[in-house]
Amino acid sequence: MEAFQQMLSQAGWAQGMQPWALSGLAMLFAGGTILGGVAVGAMFFIWTERKVAGYIQSRYGPMYVGHFHGVLQSIADGVKLLLKEDIWPTDADKFLFRIAPLLVFTGAFLSFVVLPFGPDFVGASLDIGLFYAFATSSLVVMGVIAAGWGSNNKWSLYGAMRGAAQVISYEIPLGLAVLPVVMSVGSLNLGTLAEAQRGWLWSWHLFNPIFFVSFVIYLISSLAEVNRVPFDLPETESELVSGYHTEYTGMKFAFFFLGEYADMFVVSAIAVSVFLGGWYTGIPAVDAFVPAPLVFILKSVFLVFVQIWLRWTLPRLRVDQLMYVCWKVFIPLSLANLFIYGLIRSMVG
Amino acid sequence: MNAYVPILVVMTIAVVFSLLFLVLSKLLGPSRPDPEKLTAYECGVPTRGSTNLRFYVRFYVVALLFLLFDLEAAFLIPWAVSFRSFVADGVGYSMFAAMTVFFGLLVVGLVYEWRKGALEWE
Repeated sequence: MEAFQQMLSQAGWAQGMQPWALSGLAMLFAGGTILGGVAVGAMFFIWTERKVAGYIQSRYGPMYVGHFHGVLQSIADGVKLLLKEDIWPTDADKFLFRIAPLLVFTGAFLSFVVLPFGPDFVGASLDIGLFYAFATSSLVVMGVIAAGWGSNNKWSLYGAMRGAAQVISYEIPLGLAVLPVVMSVGSLNLGTLAEAQRGWLWSWHLFNPIFFVSFVIYLISSLAEVNRVPFDLPETESELVSGYHTEYTGMKFAFFFLGEYADMFVVSAIAVSVFLGGWYTGIPAVDAFVPAPLVFILKSVFLVFVQIWLRWTLPRLRVDQLMYVCWKVFIPLSLANLFIYGLIRSMVG
Repeated sequence: MNAYVPILVVMTIAVVFSLLFLVLSKLLGPSRPDPEKLTAYECGVPTRGSTNLRFYVRFYVVALLFLLFDLEAAFLIPWAVSFRSFVADGVGYSMFAAMTVFFGLLVVGLVYEWRKGALEWE
């Protein structure tokens, strides 16, 4: 937002405007940019997913739309979904059925406000940024439950219950895993957390053995948090048709889809700013001339690619295995990690 | 407080954008409902029984455990944020000892749940 404000205050046509109007305009621009970025980014990830899936399975994936490797496939799909019939099942709870895709999309979208794309490229530099991001990602659970209950379909309801149980369970190791880093930096502001990793590659939090354990826990839990394979139990197409969004068609379905891919980017971007050096390249000399948002986005896109890669490589877990991993492995491990870090820091200083 | 205004703006944009597209799809898409199409899709066969299923009780246990642990995590967060300044002030050790009491309760709780079988899922 600061970047927009600066640009506006230098622009000729904005001279003589009231400060509040200027910052309001900057906010609208920033919001518009985030919206455009989320929409285009999610479409790009959907295309990437299909291409990666294709190559992993020794086929090409989309090839025709847009001539070059089907780059415009997602746009064609978006237009198709927009023109599809909007089906309302007779038994559906009209209010919940309608509000669910909005909750999922808004929840994913709101997290983007705190992501630090660069020192000046952040929608709102909140001091509780990390906490806020976890809170907005919980909003998605509400959408999932509303969708499952509102559809009045057994499979949707099963998917929603599994989704809720999974997401709330994995939120605990997710939150506990980042705490050692928070203790070391002394802030929940994502920008400050990234700032703490300035300098050479080894100053990234990833290369501290205790934070590395945190990173592994975070990465695996975040897969569960966004319902991706191997934790895609809410959707399991082979047993629950399509899980909680079975009854959704057209644009409402598209919002679930956009929300999922936007969420994948959000958890990756949080991992980048907390563990992987934020917008720093790891070589101080290079940092001076490489644009910060580019570095940040490239790192996040790489993590999204890892999630896609895992989806097409790993089989799905069972519900009991899922719960076992969370409650009996990750929670004790992240608690022990937190305890050991606190012990070391309080002894050594 | 000003830091939170962008969130409100973005929230408004998100809701307006999604409502706009939902209305657009309503206007642009065809509407040819028939009773068969509007039934719930359960593998293509007519649905049987009520949707108000009885649920495996573990789902409730998980929700209950989540409440406890999330609350505990919420208590840990402010301590974690101030930990750096505790260490800088030279009281890191005693602050850590104080937190260990709370931490111990948490671990005792987890061990109890584990022994009681609350974490089993069969």
